[in-house]
Amino acid sequence: MEHQTPILEVDGLNTTFYRSGQALPALRDVSFSVARGEVLGLVGESGSGKSVTLRSIIGLARRYGEVTGQVRWQGRDLVPMPDRDLRQIQGREIAMIFQEPMTSLNPLLTVGLQLEETLRAHTDLSKAARRDRAIEMLDLVGIPSAAQRLKDYPHQFSGGMRQRVMIAIALAANPKLLLADEPTTALDVTIQAQILDLILRLAQDMDMGVLLVTHDLGVVAQTCDHVAVMYAGRIVEQGPVRDVLRVPRHPYTVGLMRSVPENLPPRTPLYSVPGVPPSLDVLPKGCAFAPRCAACIAPCEQDRPPLSLITDGRQVACFNPISKAQGNAA
Amino acid sequence: MSSLSYILKRLLMLIPTFFLVMIIIFLLVRLLPGDPAIAMAGDRASDADIQAIRERLGLTQPMLVQFWLFLSNTMQGDLGRSILMRTDVIDVIADRLPITVFLTVYSVVLSLLIAGPLAFVAALNRGRWPDAVIRTVFQIGLSMPVFYIGLVLLTFLAAQLRLFPVGGYGDTFGERLYHLFLPSVTVALYTSAIIMRNLRSAIIEVLDAEYVQFARAKGLPSRLILGRHVLRNALISTVTLLGLSIGNLMSGTLVTETVFAVPGMGRLMLEAIFARDYPLIQGLTLTFAVLVSLVFLMTDLFQSRLDPRMRLQ
Repeated sequence: MEHQTPILEVDGLNTTFYRSGQALPALRDVSFSVARGEVLGLVGESGSGKSVTLRSIIGLARRYGEVTGQVRWQGRDLVPMPDRDLRQIQGREIAMIFQEPMTSLNPLLTVGLQLEETLRAHTDLSKAARRDRAIEMLDLVGIPSAAQRLKDYPHQFSGGMRQRVMIAIALAANPKLLLADEPTTALDVTIQAQILDLILRLAQDMDMGVLLVTHDLGVVAQTCDHVAVMYAGRIVEQGPVRDVLRVPRHPYTVGLMRSVPENLPPRTPLYSVPGVPPSLDVLPKGCAFAPRCAACIAPCEQDRPPLSLITDGRQVACFNPISKAQGNAA
Repeated sequence: MSSLSYILKRLLMLIPTFFLVMIIIFLLVRLLPGDPAIAMAGDRASDADIQAIRERLGLTQPMLVQFWLFLSNTMQGDLGRSILMRTDVIDVIADRLPITVFLTVYSVVLSLLIAGPLAFVAALNRGRWPDAVIRTVFQIGLSMPVFYIGLVLLTFLAAQLRLFPVGGYGDTFGERLYHLFLPSVTVALYTSAIIMRNLRSAIIEVLDAEYVQFARAKGLPSRLILGRHVLRNALISTVTLLGLSIGNLMSGTLVTETVFAVPGMGRLMLEAIFARDYPLIQGLTLTFAVLVSLVFLMTDLFQSRLDPRMRLQ
């Protein structure tokens, strides 16, 4: 499947939070694009900036810190856009779903009202038409006897069902891009696949792009067209999923892939990338991954490797990328 | 569970509460030092007189019989005769009750009018100067005793500037608002400081909640987010505190009504205690207990309206 014109172009995005006067660079120079109907995976360890990327795109991060750079959405830059204009895009053109279905729905309001208020903000539908649409959406995400459940409260749904409700709310106004922040992490393994399938099926039906944050490379392999690997607030490698996963070039990507247990005999010790990610307030001078990297060479500790094109569509930020042969060995 | 059956259940729970209150009142009065018969009869009464009064009051009978009499009389609305006022206790209380209720409701309304908007301003400007100013002023308000603030207001606004009366009650609704303004404000300053602090931190917590982030990501108008999503959730913990504060506030009327010479139940209670007017003390204590229970009942009902999860229990 070929995706051409990008609907979302993120260019040089920086997000900085301030804690007791100290600047914490949560995102640095993040650039990528999402085409209509494309699924882009954003992977990395906790704290690598995946969630902050989504929250910076949709305008949630700027309430808590400083966002600079460009987020071009169909030709308009969302970063300097006033709240009033941004609200016409939030929920209507770009929607977001969160990780925790237990805490992401308002416990005091019926799911019907939480669905309806989105429709009210973004459509001209009458009250009756909004109700019909709400039932249609709950039905679409696979909630049985949808009409009766509109007046139910979130605590009357199971975790998986709540996640379905959240998807129904997010997609009610027919957005063109869905930002999904680890939508299956908090769910039972058996439910995870169902929810993921649901998101992908709806994305295809609605010709909607998806920016999927996950730390599960298996999910990326199954669902994404492109993948961007993040480390310490930067993208360190990106490209088509097949290429990146078959021949990873950045040592961090290689490490991530090695930590996925696959075809191991019982009681084999699991691999994990040695060390821990650096804290944002004490980032190393050079490559942030250098202290944990087996392929670290002299320049890595002095300068920061730029994200550069290596083959068509592949970008890697590394002075000493793993060669194809090594990549296979790893 | 429907809200009607919740209300019924909650009302049934009041019965054991009141029974306990009756026991406590009955025992307290009998444990207090001093003999009510002596107090009633006065200093110059003979032993025979005192004995006669004892028998009239039923004090010579066994405790259980006394309690049964107390219980059944109270149920029939007979709280005995006030020694001090020389009329039925129930009439005295009926006379003073509206004043204290008026003062309490007035204070609560003023507290909410002060605390609500300021809590929002402080929370939305967290860490910036409006937040700092509001918190500092209320901190000062909290650390000053109620009667002191009351005296300061009386001295300046009533005695010197003559903007307000120094005491009394008034006859029409408007006059009452005017007469009770100073005492209500005095109480409200303290109560609103407690409410404001709690509401401010509740709002700050809710503003960062995931469901508020989700509501923002949905592109909802700010006013809808603040009113529907933030305020309702922040109110849950504050309503409990408000209920407790009203309970506090009622016992506070003892001080306020005395300082501002308001002829309510609080001042009456003080007079009754000094006069050892046991029937009146009993009646007033019972009335205060009923009022506080009603406030807690309303708090619970309001909370169950706010929070659907409460209705399940």
